[in-house]
Amino acid sequence: MLKKSEIKIGDTHKETLVEDLKRTQIVQYAGSSGDYNPLHTDEVFTTKIAGYPSVFAHGMLTMGMTGKMITNYVGDGTLKKYGVRFTSQVWPGDTLESEAKIVDIREENGENLVDLEIVTTNQDGVAVITGSATAKIDS
Amino acid sequence: MAIDKFLIEASHIMMFARSIGDPNPIYYDEDYANSTDCEGIIAPPTFAQSSAQFDPHYFLRPKIGGEGWFGSGKEATGMKPSKSEGSSGGGGSAAAGLHAEQHFEYHLPLKAGDVLSATTKPGKSWEKESKRAGKLKFSESVTEYRNQDGELVITATGVGVQTERPVDS
Repeated sequence: MLKKSEIKIGDTHKETLVEDLKRTQIVQYAGSSGDYNPLHTDEVFTTKIAGYPSVFAHGMLTMGMTGKMITNYVGDGTLKKYGVRFTSQVWPGDTLESEAKIVDIREENGENLVDLEIVTTNQDGVAVITGSATAKIDS
Repeated sequence: MAIDKFLIEASHIMMFARSIGDPNPIYYDEDYANSTDCEGIIAPPTFAQSSAQFDPHYFLRPKIGGEGWFGSGKEATGMKPSKSEGSSGGGGSAAAGLHAEQHFEYHLPLKAGDVLSATTKPGKSWEKESKRAGKLKFSESVTEYRNQDGELVITATGVGVQTERPVDS
């Protein structure tokens, strides 16, 4: 858990989430989440019927990987809120980096909280997820 | 959509953590997890999405026994997905469309051994013009996950979008 005395507004934490995203990882996510939409795993359907250049990752896979960066930073079991907007698609072969930035440190109902701004970008610097999170911190 | 029993199981958590590339032992090592403040294996922040596995009517899972499936077999497609079955079990992701936003509020820790139930209600809906994909129709759904004691554990708000044409980024 982050300590109030050791953090300040503007602090950042950055991680590489995945390098050269494999179709197999997308298949793993389909299996664990139960979202078997062929758009994510079936190249034949996705290119010939749906009209996309290839299969692409579930938005929730990117949100899940981004969540790993957040919990590595704020600690396990401390999240109060986590929300994202999916701003661009993630394709096989993408390399993703994710950053959390402290935008507020505050108290609410007797709890010390930190507010984070979240962005995950691909190898071209395009944001694929933007969002925010709130976590409990130690006083 | 309603889910009567969403079993939070350690092996499912382990597989889910693997699929998002998270090696944190809090998601699979019981001895380690017991020694932490979490006092046991917990689920990753987006795990509630996998409640789709426990929705008997989830429309993005092939059904056993001849209802057909729109993914490729011998031909490039079987059929179109049925839109009539509504939103997903996973906090309301896109119904036969794309996922635009997802928000989670955590009220209590989600632990291995919990048994959740979920109910989903529609939220707001709106439309927007886009250069990349034509007219966009957004719709929100809100899922409340409660534990075996009836306590609210997670509120999940999903926003789905249906596009006029495929999004080519």
